[in-house]
Amino acid sequence: MHKIILAFRYFLKRRITHFAVLAVALCVFIVVVVMTVMTGLVGDFKQKNYNFVGDCVVGTESLVGFAYYEEFVNILQQQNDFVQAVSPVIKSYALLSPKGSKQNRGLEIMGIDPVRHSWVTGFGKTLQYRTSDVSRAFEPSYDPNLLGCVLGIDIALSRDANNRYFFTSSPMRAAFSISCFPLTSRGALLKAGTGLVNTKTFYYSDVSQSGLARVDSSLVYLPFEQAQELCGMDRSVKRVSALHIKFKPDVKLQAGCEKVDLLWKKFKQDKADERQAYLLDTVNVQSWKDYRRSSIAPMENEQTELIVMFAFVGITNVFIVLVVFYMIISHKTKDIGILKSIGVSNTDILELFSIFAFLVGFLGSCIGLLGGWVFLLKINRIEAWLFEHFGFQLWDRTMYAIEDIPNRMNPKVLLIIALSAIVACLAGALIPSGQAAKQKPVEILQVNQFY
Amino acid sequence: MSDNDFILKAEGIHKSYRMGATRVTVLKGVDLAVKKGEFVAIVGASGSGKSTLLHILGALDKPDKGLVKFEGRDLSRHSSGELNRFRNKMVGFVFQFYHLLDELSVLENVFLPVMAGKSIVGWFGSRRWAKNRAKELLEQFGLSQRTKHKPYQLSGGERQRVAIGRALMNEPRLLLADEPTGNLDSATGNGILEVLEKLNSLGQTIVMVTHDERIAQRAGRIVTLVDGKIEHKSCKDL
Repeated sequence: MHKIILAFRYFLKRRITHFAVLAVALCVFIVVVVMTVMTGLVGDFKQKNYNFVGDCVVGTESLVGFAYYEEFVNILQQQNDFVQAVSPVIKSYALLSPKGSKQNRGLEIMGIDPVRHSWVTGFGKTLQYRTSDVSRAFEPSYDPNLLGCVLGIDIALSRDANNRYFFTSSPMRAAFSISCFPLTSRGALLKAGTGLVNTKTFYYSDVSQSGLARVDSSLVYLPFEQAQELCGMDRSVKRVSALHIKFKPDVKLQAGCEKVDLLWKKFKQDKADERQAYLLDTVNVQSWKDYRRSSIAPMENEQTELIVMFAFVGITNVFIVLVVFYMIISHKTKDIGILKSIGVSNTDILELFSIFAFLVGFLGSCIGLLGGWVFLLKINRIEAWLFEHFGFQLWDRTMYAIEDIPNRMNPKVLLIIALSAIVACLAGALIPSGQAAKQKPVEILQVNQFY
Repeated sequence: MSDNDFILKAEGIHKSYRMGATRVTVLKGVDLAVKKGEFVAIVGASGSGKSTLLHILGALDKPDKGLVKFEGRDLSRHSSGELNRFRNKMVGFVFQFYHLLDELSVLENVFLPVMAGKSIVGWFGSRRWAKNRAKELLEQFGLSQRTKHKPYQLSGGERQRVAIGRALMNEPRLLLADEPTGNLDSATGNGILEVLEKLNSLGQTIVMVTHDERIAQRAGRIVTLVDGKIEHKSCKDL
């Protein structure tokens, strides 16, 4: 009991202890804020990628696409135990030029059935005007009979001074010519010797804000059949670029992808004798994580680098506590001698200073967590205020497709940070406490005299 | 006289310390026997080894050679845990510089040995008794109004009385006092000696170290330590 009482009294009375608590609190605060924001950014980015792709993709990188997809869609739709929905998709590159303008720009097109694609992905939720009725995504509100297209938000809209998009109540009438080079199943230009390109006029019907910078700035959604025709994939044997698949909620991603892979391999074998079977060789079955790996990996690397950096912050914390404890214990040698003279053991001395270190770590963690929590709660307001008064923004919203700075704290991460801080304090106190415990009472108590 | 009459026996105690490159021999074969209920004063000049001897008698230090027997049991055969219990229960130390813990109140300083000798559960079982015993001791030493004070709020004499209270808290068989009046003026020191005399009259065995012959005269027996050896033993009653 004396250990607890003395540890508390040392903790409350020694001013240097307050600095140790402050050091721990600062470390915890920084780690909490950075980890929360970074974990939030990475998690948010992953979620946006998932919303864009769905669970699994059966697709090819070839611009030619692959054939017999309708049969495979039928096979997938019969897998009631794990497949919830399938969406065939056309992907290619195109030139877009506003009607009446001589300017054009290169971009990606994605041909989809908006309803089916919304069953598989978060497409419907990314729309600005047709969120409640996705089936009309390609119907311009100003004339439903016109052929509509959904533009990536950064293609269609500009931003205000605060980097917020300037939305109108309904899409403005605007027409675009979209041109593609249609390819044969062998990859040759389909219209060689004639006009070479397929061009169609589409009218701006909606915008899509996926939150993925590249997608929002360079992708145009088109009606599936129109995109298929533009790309020359509407021949007698129709082709698509990919099938996006959504699994049932209780299906694990890896298990679902493995099942699809098995089905695909069997399908490929069954189609081995077909005329365009060679197109199936370029098709891969990938989970959404693998499919978007090139986008997600750099973010994950940044997160790992930050974790390593903050592990060093933790090690610095250990040294701060070590120095503080050396100072505290050097002032407490007399007490150690007194305690030993009344029969207190070395282990008890070690425990006494360990409790002391625990209190420093515990209170420091609590203050750091509380400070971090309050700061994160207000982080977006603080950033808005800084932007308003000083033009400072943590992330340039034109480069990073984020609305607000992520500030949702993960209790598991907070617990790990707090426990790590306490362990760091205990580790920092271990050496000086051990040395204090080994001190001989006679050497301490013989003040100013050798014997 | 049988061995049972002696509470403490030191036989052939040698002790030396390393001091830089040289080795200084402090005790050169000290023999000392203390009877139950005796008040022994060890006197000697500064550096004669009297404090070292006291620390060895109280198991705060170990001799290089020789035996210390407490109630017939050789202390060198005790494990470190047993020595801790010995220091907690069997002996009480009083130091020249009081050595109280500033973070604890006067009352807490006095009952500290009981708290240190028990587990948390054991402490909660005996807490009330310990507090009452500590209050009794403080009352006995005229400090009942000072229980909540911190040591640095007390005078030197009061602090030493608190230290004596702490030393007596576990009702030890032996009280070891190292220059208990060395840091006090003569009137206050006299008061402390009166306390020790009163305790001895009630049967408490006391071994006191002092360099002052006049103070030593208050003890029942005087042992003089010169150059690491006991040179002279005198008894007031003889």
